[in-house]
Amino acid sequence: MNQPPPYRAFHPRWYRPRMSTWWWLKRRSHVAFILRELSSIFVAWFVIFFLLLVAAVSRGEIAYWEFLSWAARPGTLLLNLVSLSFIVFHAVTWFNLTPQALVVRLRGRRVPGPLIAASNYAAWVLLSALVAWLVLGG
Amino acid sequence: MADHITLQLARYRPEAEVEPSFQEYEVPCREDWVVLDGLNYVKDQLDGTLSYRWSCRMGICGSCGMTVNGEPKLTCATFLADYAPGPVRVEPLRNFPVIRDLVVELGDFMRKLTVVKPWIVRQVEQPLSEGEYRQTPAQMDQYHQFSMCINCMLCYAACPVYGLDPHFIGPAAIALAQRYNLDSRDHGAAERDDILAQHEGIWSCTFVGDCTRVCPQNVDPAGAIQRYKVKAATEWLKGFFLPRGA
Repeated sequence: MNQPPPYRAFHPRWYRPRMSTWWWLKRRSHVAFILRELSSIFVAWFVIFFLLLVAAVSRGEIAYWEFLSWAARPGTLLLNLVSLSFIVFHAVTWFNLTPQALVVRLRGRRVPGPLIAASNYAAWVLLSALVAWLVLGG
Repeated sequence: MADHITLQLARYRPEAEVEPSFQEYEVPCREDWVVLDGLNYVKDQLDGTLSYRWSCRMGICGSCGMTVNGEPKLTCATFLADYAPGPVRVEPLRNFPVIRDLVVELGDFMRKLTVVKPWIVRQVEQPLSEGEYRQTPAQMDQYHQFSMCINCMLCYAACPVYGLDPHFIGPAAIALAQRYNLDSRDHGAAERDDILAQHEGIWSCTFVGDCTRVCPQNVDPAGAIQRYKVKAATEWLKGFFLPRGA
């Protein structure tokens, strides 16, 4: 320990604690928060993946089949599975937080939070069903 | 229930120490005693050199916020018996400079509070003869929750964003800005927007949500900030897509 600082009667020395870089490891909710922040990288990856698919389609049938075989490789599959789990985590945690950000009033009364979250989930299911119908059955 | 409990109190004496240390005291653990009663017992009976802030003892003044077993708490509303058999570790509020023992420096928060103009701003004052500014219960309901803030700063102590970036205006100041923005009598939203729409305003918040979790008054500062973000983003979109004046 260093020498004690000189005492200054009217301007004492403040102690300024520093936050550790690993502050988020101490609490489970903080780990979940950091994982949610991290999930944005995987969201970006899915955007890139989708753009690569569009580019392959525009280059013709051979390029498209090449893209598909690349996408079926174990490494790409694994990356996409990890990305999918992060994106589901991102969506679920985000939908659960929306009631705090969105205040909807119907006939002067505030719509209860669970109902706002539920409407998000309903929209998610509907849109997913629509996309599934377009891709698989349409 | 044990009749005594150990308090581990953070002590920082700037004239003698470079960093805080802990000192232990045995205090009675009565069913109706809060942590603040334990601190008062130490001060009165065991060690008069202990420094801490308190005033009302009933969760109104917001002076006695400290870190109790790692959580920001109002010590007047935190019962010792809930921590039995102990020990109970009491530290100053996190994210603020420590002046002495359990006393933190409030200047940064006080400056930020005034910057957001937490009072009713009028463009034109109506003459006294027209009476008071009236408000319906529904209009009051818009901001009532945010008006419950007692400036205890527990939300600042809980906020990792403020801990990492002290320039962040912070949860309570933004919630109080929203309290006046949502008030039907107020015209100051545009003036406050200059401060709140900055990077150090709402956009620094990453929605950890701890401010809302620790708030003793259920103010929901995280909700206030996210609602302001939604409003700011909507305004920006409107300005982008709609012609001027629409």
